[in-house]
Amino acid sequence: MTDTVAPEQLVFIALQANSDTISIIEAIMADNPRAVLNEYPAMVKIDAPGRLVIKRETIEEALGRSYDLREIQLNLISLGGSVDESEDEFILEWKRV
Amino acid sequence: MSVRAITPDYHGDFKDTEDKYHGQRLLGLSWDHNGLYTNPFCIPVAPDMPFAALADQVIPKLFGPHPDFSGIDWSKVTWYRGATAFTPDRAKTLDENGIKHKALIRFALPSPGPFARSLGVAA
Amino acid sequence: MSATEELKPVKKLNLKENYSLLTRGLGWEPTYHTKAAVYPMMAFEGIKIHDWDKWEDPFRLTMDAYWKYQGEKERKLYAIIDAFQQNNGQFQVTDARYVQALKVFINGVTELEYLSHRGFCILSREFEGVGPRIAAQMQSIDELRHAQTQIHAISQYNKYFTGMSCFPYQFDHAWYLSIPKSFFEDAVSSGPFEFITAISFAFEYVLTNLVFMPWMSGAAFNGDMATVSFGFSAQSDEARHMTLGIEVIKFLLEQDPDNLPIVQRWIDKWFWRGYRLLTLLAAMMDYMLPKRVMSWSEAWEIYFEQNGGALFVDLARYGVRMPKYWEVTVKEKGLVSHQLWSTFYQLRHAVAFPVWLPSDDEMDWMSAKYPDTFDKYFRPKYTYWKELEAAGTPYIVDTLPVLCQTCQWPTLFAEPDDPMQTCHRESVYKGETFHFCSDGCKDIFDYEPEKYVHAWMPVQQILQGNCFLPGVDPTAPDFNPLVEALKYMGIKPGIDGGDFATCQDARNWEEWTKRAASMYEAMATPPVATAAE
Ligand SMILES: [Fe+2]
Ligand SMILES: [Fe+2]
Repeated sequence: MTDTVAPEQLVFIALQANSDTISIIEAIMADNPRAVLNEYPAMVKIDAPGRLVIKRETIEEALGRSYDLREIQLNLISLGGSVDESEDEFILEWKRV
Repeated sequence: MSVRAITPDYHGDFKDTEDKYHGQRLLGLSWDHNGLYTNPFCIPVAPDMPFAALADQVIPKLFGPHPDFSGIDWSKVTWYRGATAFTPDRAKTLDENGIKHKALIRFALPSPGPFARSLGVAA
Repeated sequence: MSATEELKPVKKLNLKENYSLLTRGLGWEPTYHTKAAVYPMMAFEGIKIHDWDKWEDPFRLTMDAYWKYQGEKERKLYAIIDAFQQNNGQFQVTDARYVQALKVFINGVTELEYLSHRGFCILSREFEGVGPRIAAQMQSIDELRHAQTQIHAISQYNKYFTGMSCFPYQFDHAWYLSIPKSFFEDAVSSGPFEFITAISFAFEYVLTNLVFMPWMSGAAFNGDMATVSFGFSAQSDEARHMTLGIEVIKFLLEQDPDNLPIVQRWIDKWFWRGYRLLTLLAAMMDYMLPKRVMSWSEAWEIYFEQNGGALFVDLARYGVRMPKYWEVTVKEKGLVSHQLWSTFYQLRHAVAFPVWLPSDDEMDWMSAKYPDTFDKYFRPKYTYWKELEAAGTPYIVDTLPVLCQTCQWPTLFAEPDDPMQTCHRESVYKGETFHFCSDGCKDIFDYEPEKYVHAWMPVQQILQGNCFLPGVDPTAPDFNPLVEALKYMGIKPGIDGGDFATCQDARNWEEWTKRAASMYEAMATPPVATAAE
């Protein structure tokens, strides 16, 4: 069996809550309908079952400018899940190989 | 099972052997289910101190402030040396009672006193 | 090269190609030395690596991007630190008790960043593969940045508050700081594969979320913009380090089946060591943040039971199981912060920060957050201690504790199923008795007694008469090893440690801010209204 997602385990990304990340958080929530947004002082933690995809294009639309996904480093606090990063997508997931 | 090290047969020096305590040795003391003291005490003692001196002088100094202490019936107390129950001989020295360097001596009451119970120790 | 060739546009490399040039192209085959001679630390731990090129780099961060984003992080951080200093931010935090948490941080945590910097520096030389060497090098630079930014941010507090000015000295001397110090030195003195499993995986991936998320969010909640900013700035690097941690585990397990038992033992050991270390954080979260975001118990549920649990479900395909004794951590989650705070209170004259009993409001918060344990086991003790304080006969213990030979905490933890009974474990090795706080710590010692017999145990060192400042004669008849040890540890009676209500920081806070030193109590000296001229 390849690449079957174990859906019940949560992946997460935590970001600083600031004016840069408002649009990024919006974009992530739009691209991941099953994601849950938890808000804490100065930070947010987005949990999603199995998989979370962060798409450059959606963030660019939300920000109204071009965006290099590596910029997420500036506001990233933590994450859970295996990372797969390309120019277009930053994916967090728990896969079964 | 032993350490893997870049140096073959690595062994660290023993840092706390008895010879480093100027004629004394370390003794740990603890009162089971006392409810108040959060950790066992560690004191230096002379190996030839009689057990009676430990029981009558040292232990009251350490545990005397506990409100249940004065009500303890010492004839009903169980003593432990490490994990093993033992009956100390008051007339003999700590060493003769088998209390070697770094031993931990505990005492336990048959049931907790009223103060320990008020702190949440189960009766 | 001809002019036309020079003008030909260069094909833009994609991220993966770019990163692989950095991490594969930079290595070379040694010709006049054997590989074993060039990388002498690769074999002794028993780890077998067959193909370093199978190393996967999750964050494909190239040097140009690394410096660009790190530079930008620094600019953002220092803008905030500048604003914080210019606005006297040190007086905008909730109260002077919050400041005591920073004291624990600068004396006990910042040095770990520096030790981590050194550890990864060593790895960036020792690993045979170029990919992990580059990753270790970047992490080494990150960790140095963390130490520096923490020192810079907290230096503003140091201008006004006690107990922060000699942090490297205290880290090396104060008895309770041997707990974090020995943790990291144990890792640095192991071997490259154990170090990276210990720090990148067990500590950073599984445990540091608790430091940098709920605690730093708590710093923000208490108005400390400088601390939350260095915390989150550090954690943005940590996310990269954590990812390194999980890749290390996968790489080691995919390389050879013989690696599994070694790696599993390291996971067991370092999870337990890291967990015990975090007891300090548990007490900081539950007791030292005047305004609280979540309890230690809730944080443990989210970040270990839920997020850590998901990780170990994923790793099961490699044969890795949950760290040994994880069930004990769940049984202890309602106890450890209170047990440690009680111990600090009991020993408050011997620590370098003042200690207090929680106010009635805070005890109500604890009752709500710890319904199964707080009212039953801890509220009665605090109430009794408050009565003694009110009667003018405060409770104090001036006898040294028995320490755990592995984690170096006083053996203050309870039997997992009997919260009012101290857990005692001991081993006899070559005729000498060693004490432990738990089965987890006893197992670690029993596997490597050759290493832990050599531990510098503060209580033992004090009682051997080794802790005194130059000029003191330990053979003098009036030599008091306990009094001299406090001086040696940089703990000044009456200034550091003792009761919060009467400490210098509390008095200064009220004088300078005209606000109560504890947000839950009235001012010790109400401000006198100045008569109009
Ligand atoms: Fe760090
Ligand atoms: Fe321990």
